[in-house]
Amino acid sequence: MQLWQNLPFAMILLPLASASLTSILKGKAARRAALTVITLVTLMAAALVIFMQGYGQSYTFMMGHFPAPWGNEIRAGMLEAVTALCFALVMLFSVMGGLRDIEHDILPDRQNLYFVMCELTTAALMAQVFTNDVFTGYVFLEIMTIAACALISARTKGRTLVAATRYMIMNLVGSGLFLLGLTLLYDLTGHLLMSNIQEKIIALSATGKYQQPLTMVIALVTIGLGIKSALFPFHTWVPDAYSSSTPTSSAILSSLISKGYIFLLIKFYYRVFGLREVVNAQVEDVLLVFGAAGAVIGSVLAIRQLDIRRMIAYSSVAQIGYIYMAIGLGTQSGMTAALFQLMAHAICKSLLFIATGGLCAASGEKRGFTSLRGAAYRNPVAGAAFVVGAFSMIGIPFLSGFVVKLAYAEAAVLWGGPRMITVLAVLAISTMLNAIYFGRTVVTLFRLSEEKIAQQQKWHSGPCFAVACAALSLLTFALGLAADPVLAAIRSGLEMFS
Amino acid sequence: MGNLFNNYEEACAIILFGIGFTTLLLHRNMIKKIIGFSMMDSAIYLFLAAKGYIAGRKAPIVVSVSVTALMLALTVRLYRRYHTLDIDEITMQARREEA
Repeated sequence: MQLWQNLPFAMILLPLASASLTSILKGKAARRAALTVITLVTLMAAALVIFMQGYGQSYTFMMGHFPAPWGNEIRAGMLEAVTALCFALVMLFSVMGGLRDIEHDILPDRQNLYFVMCELTTAALMAQVFTNDVFTGYVFLEIMTIAACALISARTKGRTLVAATRYMIMNLVGSGLFLLGLTLLYDLTGHLLMSNIQEKIIALSATGKYQQPLTMVIALVTIGLGIKSALFPFHTWVPDAYSSSTPTSSAILSSLISKGYIFLLIKFYYRVFGLREVVNAQVEDVLLVFGAAGAVIGSVLAIRQLDIRRMIAYSSVAQIGYIYMAIGLGTQSGMTAALFQLMAHAICKSLLFIATGGLCAASGEKRGFTSLRGAAYRNPVAGAAFVVGAFSMIGIPFLSGFVVKLAYAEAAVLWGGPRMITVLAVLAISTMLNAIYFGRTVVTLFRLSEEKIAQQQKWHSGPCFAVACAALSLLTFALGLAADPVLAAIRSGLEMFS
Repeated sequence: MGNLFNNYEEACAIILFGIGFTTLLLHRNMIKKIIGFSMMDSAIYLFLAAKGYIAGRKAPIVVSVSVTALMLALTVRLYRRYHTLDIDEITMQARREEA
């Protein structure tokens, strides 16, 4: 046991402890505390990735050295470390990029509570990434849901209250199904630790007994987490929740909270059920169909929107569909593609939401495309950042979105058969649809006659916004240009996973 | 059929879960939705209790209480702003406000 192996524990506990402390601080101090803590978590995640590379295998960490039935375990491997680093980075830049909007949108005496929620979300995300105990997973999942509800309803204007209520209702349904699945699983296996459950499940499937309850458990967990992460037919709460809240909240919701649930689902597939059991239960086929449908229908709905934030929200639905489609392939290469997309989309979507926040602020807080005409000249930083994000979404080479599509095509071709055709067709159609609505938006942002360009009033969103936009754009480029180390890390992480 | 009667506690829990689930999803009144949610969660505890007590089982009740409190707080804010508990009516009003 080396000292650095305590890092995951610290990454969960530090934001959790600081959240309770931040609640008694005043606005400015709370902001500073939250940013410091999230930066520290990011640094710890980076350190963990470096140590993990040297260590070369995963390890479990028993809290307080108590063994299984009493204690609680966390587990870290390469995949967990890389995902945690990605989540922490996106969290940091989402909060930084939206600071001006937070000050503007949220009542001054409540601002410290907003930062408390950011810290709680960070803690919950880290806990879901590292936990080795299904029940701890559930508890932190609920903490994340509650924090997300507060993040949505923090802005007092607009229809945030209705959005938060609808979000809560759908998420409670999801949590209920997930908890019921866990209860049945516990009943079947008698364990709460992931590794113990998997041993029991392997023994069970060898005897051939209890196959129906097991399929039921897999279905319940999948649907529960699917509803919570806005898988296609359950996406109805997305547009309101993402479009009415403050930009930081939208970025956190779409790029982190939904991704946390998906990561937990992949973790369940590998560490709890085992991928073979999931494929035998044919849950994968269902995910493939709904994922593919979501990827196309989400994009079609996005084209019809007149509000830029709603358009990005529907594009999130499409991208989540993408992730589920790759999970639905049920192969190692499919999972690698899904996890890469998970990270690429987390970075890209937060970039888009933060940039849109800047563009709307420069256009008098209006979100309609007619008001946004020429907004890129009013706020050049936001305009440039939006272009990077939009091009990555379309899949222009040298950007992360291109690598995602390449990885998808590769995974599909390796599989062959009707699945290959489905995935390739969806890729082609959705790329075209993406190009239509993101291309149209970029053109709108830059469309202005020569003499009017000079008259545009410049808007500055502050240094924090510029740093966040630059950092997220750089990350998008980095994932596109140097994707191989990340893909290799995901692959080795998946091998450590099972 | 015999199995259903032998495991009547579990069967009962699942029926209660179904009732709670449909109430939460389909009812228009916010308070009834919250009642549905509470029923759904209680049904899961009944299921857990029917399967026997094992350590580490205390946490969910805390979660459920806090979620109920949060939902009730949201309902209070909604009622103050829109003067109704009907979620469809609230959605309509919110849409009209925006337009």
